[in-house]
Amino acid sequence: MARKFRVEIAFEQCKGCARCVGACPQGVLVMGHHLNRMSFPAVELSGNKCVGCGLCFYTCPEPGALTIFEEVEDAK
Amino acid sequence: MSTEKIIHGRSAGFFPEFSRRPGNNHTNMHYCPGCGHGILHKLIAEAIEDLEIKDRTVLISPVGCSVFAYYYFDCFGISVPHGRAPAVGTGLVRSNPDDIVISYQGDGDLGAIGFNEFIQTANRGENMAVFFVNNAIYGMTGGQMAPTTLPGQKTVTCPLGRSVTNEGYPLKVSEMVSALDSPVYVERVALSSGKNILRARAAVRKALNNVIEKKGFSMVEFLSGCPVNLKMNASQVNEFIDERMCKYFPLGVFKDIADTRDSIKRSSGVYAPEAVRKVLYPQYSSSSVSRDFQNPSPFFAKERRLKVAGFGGQGVLSFGHMLATMGKLRNFNVSYLPVYGPEMRGGTASCSVVVSRKKIASPVVDRDCNLLVVLNDESLEKFLPELKPTGVLIFDSSNVHVSRLRRTQIAYCVNASDLARELGDLRYANSILMGALAKLMDDFFLQETDKADFERVVEEAIRECFADKSEVIRKNINAFYLGKQAASRWNAPSDGQ
Ligand SMILES: Cc1ncc(C[n+]2csc(CCOP(=O)(O)OP(=O)(O)O)c2C)c(N)n1
Ligand code: SF4
Ligand code: SF4
Ligand code: SF4
Ligand SMILES: [Mg+2]
Repeated sequence: MARKFRVEIAFEQCKGCARCVGACPQGVLVMGHHLNRMSFPAVELSGNKCVGCGLCFYTCPEPGALTIFEEVEDAK
Repeated sequence: MSTEKIIHGRSAGFFPEFSRRPGNNHTNMHYCPGCGHGILHKLIAEAIEDLEIKDRTVLISPVGCSVFAYYYFDCFGISVPHGRAPAVGTGLVRSNPDDIVISYQGDGDLGAIGFNEFIQTANRGENMAVFFVNNAIYGMTGGQMAPTTLPGQKTVTCPLGRSVTNEGYPLKVSEMVSALDSPVYVERVALSSGKNILRARAAVRKALNNVIEKKGFSMVEFLSGCPVNLKMNASQVNEFIDERMCKYFPLGVFKDIADTRDSIKRSSGVYAPEAVRKVLYPQYSSSSVSRDFQNPSPFFAKERRLKVAGFGGQGVLSFGHMLATMGKLRNFNVSYLPVYGPEMRGGTASCSVVVSRKKIASPVVDRDCNLLVVLNDESLEKFLPELKPTGVLIFDSSNVHVSRLRRTQIAYCVNASDLARELGDLRYANSILMGALAKLMDDFFLQETDKADFERVVEEAIRECFADKSEVIRKNINAFYLGKQAASRWNAPSDGQ
């Protein structure tokens, strides 16, 4: 079965630098228009083609703005 | 049924909350959007977590934008003056060889003000990892030219662009340090594309592994973006790094010889109280009294502040040292603070000595002096105002001409220099003056038992100060007794004494 991944954006922790937008090979992240509490336009999701490569995570300078999850089948 | 697991997320190498950071944002770091420092911090935090070295890692925060790195990493941290991280790191790793020392530095910090510390530390092969953030600019102070600013690159201090004619070419730190024999690993990486950042991630781990294995000095240079001062957005900054910086600063491994080196074994630092005590208080101490002995005379109950002054070469400093040694031999706390010019002979010399049963707050005697010993007129003039109204004066009447004292002040004198010359060496003058002090102490301040003890402690101090020069010891002891005989009170006893 194909592995499933997704990226989660912490809206309040994104500084809107757009590094992740350029880094994602799947075009999953796009610049948003809503300003967060730090007055930065946080990134937004576009589609669900995340492959869990982690490139967005490593290019993002913020410790907790992006988190990558993998779906795992319960062993039962 | 299915659940989710995190494959990339906030590292536990960071504090769960950045509560050291002032203000109310305790989740983000202080860096500008898109700053390379943030990217590198994440790589380091993740490595500290994965290598399980939190409990022995010391990350040194430099001066520069990363000055507050200690807000973020859940390990030990220390902030240092500009450019001094490798010097402080040397102290850390020499005293605690198992520490994992990370010297985090910018291009101004490492390449300009701190270059000597850096290159000497590299050359000594200190066991540490230097993470060098080359963003081609002074970020923190607002975008001035750095040693690594590119030719033609505009900054606020080279608004027409760096001119190689005026400012020279950018400093190639990786190339320079890899030319040395000691460093084991030198690599230049770039915090730009995802691929380059993963390469940087591996370099961080490799450098830290070298430290863990005590292989010596590793440096990784990170080409990094400062979007704010370059006035660029994220993709422009990446282009600047990849197209312009990389041309001048080629990426790659410059040196990787850790495999050929054994782990460093250095004699461990002297952070051993017993070893330090042995160096400071050698066991040849010739004291004849036990460690809880106290001279009974009430004179010794208070802190006594002494000053000795004269020409360099008259034995001024050894007189002070002898006084301090006498105090030490009788279980007092003592301090000795010499002040002298660069010349060894001539010029003026003075020293402060404090003797006390309590802790000594300051070794400086510049007022409320209880005993002033002067060997020339200049010193008398200069230091007499520091003598307490009740203080006592001792002077060398061969050289010093006292005209007037306060009525309460007692003065004793002896023609020390003349007598010393007769004994064959001017340097005996100080022991002769010590004789005058002994006479004065006998006459005014010492109880009967302490009178004999004073002579004893002078002899012990002479022995300790001139250890294993028996002829010198004998002559100084003679000079002392000669001085005690020859000394007399200079001023008539005032009313009521
Ligand atoms: C002794 C001293 N000199 C000068 C300064 C001013 N100063 C602060 S940061 C800095 C330059 C920092 O540049 P860099 O090391 O490249 O760090 P960056 O901010 O670019 O990361 C200077 C000169 C200082 N704080 N202390
Ligand atoms: S993990 Fe990879 S594919 Fe998924 S969003 Fe990040 S960069 Fe894109
Ligand atoms: S890289 Fe991080 S901070 Fe920058 S836009 Fe993406 S999520 Fe936000
Ligand atoms: S000034 Fe430059 S180096 Fe400093 S935090 Fe901002 S982007 Fe980073
Ligand atoms: Mg810099």
